[in-house]
Formats: sequence, structure tokens, C-alpha cells
Amino acid sequence: MPIYASLALVIASVFAAGREIYPQQLGVVESTIRSGVTGVFAWFGELALFCWRLARVAFAPPWEGAELIRQMDSIGSKSLPLVALAGAATGIVLSLQTRDTLTQFGARSMLPAVIVFSIVKESGPVITGLIVSGRVGAGIGAEIGSMKVTEQIDAMEASAVDPYKYLVATRVLACIAMLPLLTLAADFCGIFMGWVSNTLVQPISLRLFFETGTKGMEFSDFLPPTFKTTVYGLIIGIIACFQGMRTEGGTEGVGKSTTSAVVLSSLFLILADVVLVRLIQVFYP
Amino acid sequence: MQQDNNPSDIVTENLAKSFGTQKVLSGFNLKVARGETVAVLGRSGTGKSVLLKLLIGLQRPDAGCIQIQGQEITTLDAKPLNEIRKKVGFLFQQGALYDSLTVEENVEFPLRRHTTLSAEEQKNRARELLRSVGMDRDAEKMPSQISGGMQKRVGIARALALDPAIVLLDEPTAGLDPITAAEIGELISHLQQKHKTTSLVVTHDLLGAKRFSNRLLMLDQGKVLFEGGFADLQHSKDPFVIRYLKDAGEG
Repeated sequence: MPIYASLALVIASVFAAGREIYPQQLGVVESTIRSGVTGVFAWFGELALFCWRLARVAFAPPWEGAELIRQMDSIGSKSLPLVALAGAATGIVLSLQTRDTLTQFGARSMLPAVIVFSIVKESGPVITGLIVSGRVGAGIGAEIGSMKVTEQIDAMEASAVDPYKYLVATRVLACIAMLPLLTLAADFCGIFMGWVSNTLVQPISLRLFFETGTKGMEFSDFLPPTFKTTVYGLIIGIIACFQGMRTEGGTEGVGKSTTSAVVLSSLFLILADVVLVRLIQVFYP
Repeated sequence: MQQDNNPSDIVTENLAKSFGTQKVLSGFNLKVARGETVAVLGRSGTGKSVLLKLLIGLQRPDAGCIQIQGQEITTLDAKPLNEIRKKVGFLFQQGALYDSLTVEENVEFPLRRHTTLSAEEQKNRARELLRSVGMDRDAEKMPSQISGGMQKRVGIARALALDPAIVLLDEPTAGLDPITAAEIGELISHLQQKHKTTSLVVTHDLLGAKRFSNRLLMLDQGKVLFEGGFADLQHSKDPFVIRYLKDAGEG
């Protein structure tokens, strides 16, 4: 604590001295910091209002079933090849890298279990989340952003159709529904390619690989990590739609929304993962 | 003045709207009688488009009242406001067509949500509306495949989809060739004559406004500078009006 107190004192002294010597420059720094902090609080405030408005319309009729299915196809089916490829690559890399380490410790027989457990519990869900946040987050941010700047959102409201229901709720629900399914696909491809990679070096049947890998695995090892991706879906959907809906300033604004949709949804996804992993450990010890 | 046998469909009183320090509208009063077509003229950036957005609740005024068919809309919640919006057709300056839907689906969009028509009837209605603006041959195209003027015509068809009692048109003829502009002008006149639609048309097309409107309104710096018929406008002594007419070639 004394260290922190001393540090705060030093910073305060530097500012006080700086104010005397460079009053204008320090004023700029101060106002930049102040506007940055205010901007962060304003962002969270706007996000809370956005979520409140979304919650009010998402579960009330009329239902936008056709648009929901269209979004599930766009977010789910069209992300499948990318997610499957990423999952497969993860399986191969895990197999290649852990083989030598496990051999050193005389635990080569544990390789299937290491691959299956690490893919199902962490790599599969996180890789899927990040791939979807890149592909879908950018897509949603750009689409809604360009609709905003070309007044299509206003046109929707003028037609007495709530854009929060038609555009936002459908995309968020589609993300929530599709993430666990895509995770299953990534898990499957990862395990399968882990086996392929393994069997090229040391032939082993797929059945034996799978049985050895899942030995000792319980539903609590499989279901919570898979279903935690619904939270990733919620984060990706909400952040991407939110950034899209607050787009301002023409095509430049659309570019900024797209970038921020991807960056922020990936960032919040990783932060949420830390919390979710801890929660899973608490509830499924 | 409002008369009992011809009530006002659109009434604004002391309407004010600012963006930051820029006053867009201030103390703005307007009455548009049922079945009347009023053209709103003025320089760019004088709050004409903002006025239309205020009238349909897309933006909230800082002060003042707005009544649509006798109902105050500035204090309405989303649901009753949407009921009002169903009675109002809106054409945006750039058309604002949904670019993920075809031309026909754009026109069907309000029909699908607010009518009990079957899919076949919706399609027929959409085709009929597109025919009325000369766009039925391009029904299957995407908005990106048609020109800006064509997008505007589709926007008009979409605005008329629900048979609105009131239409708000933001520069319906801007960027169109003179023939198409005249056709759009005729369409607006036709709406007024056949359906007794109340129209508020923001335009820079003085010639068109002369043809299709009953009354002209000139805005400058958020206030009404002139209100009356075209002949009165030509005799106005206001320096801004004189300059506007002169620059438009009508002085």
C-alpha cells in the first residue's frame, strides 16, 4: 500500500509541477483523459439502455420467424466451413505439440484424453467464439451500420416496424442458438483431425482413440463448456448490433462500427470466458 | 384556419428543434387541411427534412406540439405511435430502400406486417403500386441494380403501400429527369384527387410545386417566411423570396 500511495503522490506532484510549467499542454491531457473516461461510462450507459429496449421487444409478439431463420442460416450454416476448419487445425496442432511433451513424461497414452479434453473444455468453444465474432460480428456491424447511415433503419421505423425486434432481436437470438451447434462442429472436427494426425504417426482406430479420450469424461465436462457459448453468442450479437445501431458519419462511420464490433465482441468474449470458466468450476467441481 | 367540415390532418404549434447550438426549427406553426397538398420550399439545411421526421416521430422536438389527425404524437409511446405511422406514408430523400430485399419485397414489407392480405394479394398489390410508378418491370431487381431515380419511385410505391391518409415526401423529384419528375408530380396530384390524401412535400422543384400543391410554404432559418399560393409567392416583397424565385428562374 505505501508503494501505491507514494506512486499517487509522485503522479500528483508531476501534474502540479506540470500545471505551472506547461499549463496548456496539461490542460489538453486532462481534457483528453476526462473525455475518455466519460466516453467509457457513456458507452456502458447506452449499452444498458440498448439491452433494456431489446429485452422489452424481443419476447413480445409479433414474431419475426422468417427473419430469424434467415439469420440462423446466415450466422450458422455459412460460418460452418470456417469454424470446422479452425477446429480441425486446432486438433492437428494439439496433437503435434503435446505428443513430444507427453512422450518425455512417459504419458503418450494420455494423448487422446489431452486432445479431447482440451478441445471440448476450452479450445473448441473459444476458437468458435472468436471465429464467429470475426465473421459475424463484422457482418452485423457493417450491415446495420450501413442501414443506419442510409436511413433504412428510419424507414423501418416509419413503416411502424420496430428495428430492435426485426433486426436486433433476430440476430442476437440466432447468435445464441447457433454458437453451441457450431461449437459441436468445431469439437468434432478438432477431435477427428487430432486422431488423423495421431494415427499417421502411431496408428490407432478412431473408436479406440475416442474411447480412450472420453474415458473419465462426464456430462459436466461436456455440457457446460458447450452451452457457455450461448453467452458468447449473446455478447457477439448484442455488441455487433449495438455498434451498428450507433453508427454515425457515413461510410467512415460504418468502417469504425465494423472494426469496433469485432474488437469489442472478441474482447468481451475472452473476459466472459474467464468468468464462465470459474463459474463452471464452482458449480461443477 | 381549421374548419369543422375540413379538419386539419397535420398541426404543429411552436415547434422547436435544435442540434447542439444550431437551431433548426423555432416557433414553427403549420396546419395542413385534410386532402390538401402543401409544398415546403427553402434552402438546403433549413430544417425541411427534420420537419418531416418530427411529424412521424423519428425525432422528438425540443418544444411544441404535433398533432396528426387530431392526436398529439410528441408524448406517445411506441405502440400508439406505430398506429399513427401506419396512416402515414414516408418517402426518404435517398429512397432508403432495404438493400437486402428485392424491389417488390421492399413494397411488400409494410403489407406483410400490417395487413391480413394473403401472399398472392400482397404480391398483386405490390405489382399494382410498382406499375403506378412505372417500376413493375424491375420488380425482381435488387435496389443496387437500379438507378437513384428508380429507387425514389420504388420508395414512393412503398410509402403508398398501406393506403396512407397522409404522405410525407422528402424531395420526390430531386435528381430525376424532367419527364420522370413531371410524372411523379402527376402521381402526387392524382393521389390528392383520387384518394383525397393529405400531402406535405419538401421540394426544390418550384415548377413541380406549382403544379401539384395547393399551398406553398417557404422556410428560412427555422421559421416560416412565406405561406400562400404560387401567385402570392410571385408578388412577395420579402428579399429572400425574391432572390429564391430569381435564382429558380421564376422571378
